[in-house]
Amino acid sequence: MKYLSEYRQPEAVQRCAAAIHRRVTRPWNLMEICGGQTHTIMRFGLDAMLPAQVRMIHGPGCPVCVTPVEMLDKAIRIASFPEVIFCSYGDMLRVPGSERDLLAVKAAGGDVRVVYSPLDAVQLAERHPERQVVFFAIGFETTAPANAMAVLHAERLGLANFFCLVSHVLVPPAMQAVLSSPRNLVHGFLAAGHVCAVMGTRQYEPIVRQFHTPVVVTGFEPLDLLQGISMCLAQLEQGRAELEIQYRRVVRPEGNRVAQEQLQRVFTTVTRKWRGIGEIPASGWALSEAYARFDAEQRFDVGDVVADESPECLAGEVLQGHRKPLECAAFGTRCTPEHPLGAPMVSGEGACAAYYRYRRQSV
Amino acid sequence: MCLGIPGKLVELRQQGELVMGKVEFGGILKEVCMAYLPEAEVGDYVLVHVGFAISRIDESEAAEIFEYVEQIEQMSGEADDEPPGLRTAETQAEGQGS
Repeated sequence: MKYLSEYRQPEAVQRCAAAIHRRVTRPWNLMEICGGQTHTIMRFGLDAMLPAQVRMIHGPGCPVCVTPVEMLDKAIRIASFPEVIFCSYGDMLRVPGSERDLLAVKAAGGDVRVVYSPLDAVQLAERHPERQVVFFAIGFETTAPANAMAVLHAERLGLANFFCLVSHVLVPPAMQAVLSSPRNLVHGFLAAGHVCAVMGTRQYEPIVRQFHTPVVVTGFEPLDLLQGISMCLAQLEQGRAELEIQYRRVVRPEGNRVAQEQLQRVFTTVTRKWRGIGEIPASGWALSEAYARFDAEQRFDVGDVVADESPECLAGEVLQGHRKPLECAAFGTRCTPEHPLGAPMVSGEGACAAYYRYRRQSV
Repeated sequence: MCLGIPGKLVELRQQGELVMGKVEFGGILKEVCMAYLPEAEVGDYVLVHVGFAISRIDESEAAEIFEYVEQIEQMSGEADDEPPGLRTAETQAEGQGS
């Protein structure tokens, strides 16, 4: 496929990796923010192609993984109401809540549906005026414009039976949290290309300056990753800390202004709790006051949900880059994609799922 | 979840309040909301995420990566230690994502 296969050419990837080998003189830890990038690294074995001094630390950029368990318990409670059609991206269905997951609600007769686009949920609300349609609006800045448009579209259609359970999270505050941690090991970042396609890159300039840490906005194919790694290492080796864009075919410094305007209209910035990590100030979006009537948390009585996490799951350590999935005693035994203890084992972007899928032989 | 897939815009139309388009991904056609890319024209390659086009793919930048590989090869001199090869197992759906 155009714009995919050319960035997977083994020969070009090999040449890029060889050039990296010849230029690295010291040990460096790089964090790729996005779980999609983690999966590319594991799937194509890019980590094994890098010099031993270069260590890839997997970042918190997996929205399914960082959605707090309380939010999942609220989703499970709402999805259990008989009048509700609960719509979600497929990734969320197997993520364990305190007692069960959304798939268990569906198995018990709940009307839980997987949608490809949030507009599909709006269409369900239009077709079923007698039901309450709730969409689980999770995701980073990449996904938020689609979810915002669903709300705007429901408003235009005058729908009174469409709601969103909103749990949006933002990348820059998470990067700041990583760099501020006393346990931080990260020397340079590969920032998430699709997040920046929407938001642009200027939000990262203060991070680069404040922490004197290189940030390279990077794409998702093997060659993108290796170029991003090479650019980041070049900065580190030369003692520079700059904001650079590797993924220039998709990312413009100003981002997508049309999307940004609608995001500003529909959402307001809030403090969010990240699963396994804890509260990060100003790290998420909730519906703004003007759109509060679409808020599922206000429509349904879910205020008293108390969450209960598996004590055995190391997700928080993995999401912050402090531990690798293989360091978990439950990995591949008590925790598998079929019976996960935590979200990173189920999500299509989870680090544990990437290790399980592409490194099964080492379990 | 932030999976973004590049495809070719082959049709644009107004559907009620929304501008929608058909985007082709290696022979497969999908309905895509074009509300966030008003400048896109039929024939453009766009990046699609959860049914929304979020960015136009810049053809002039798309080949830059190959020039970069040439450049760093020249700058870093000849190979002395070859890294292990690229894993070629291709079992997953196309496109990656945040």
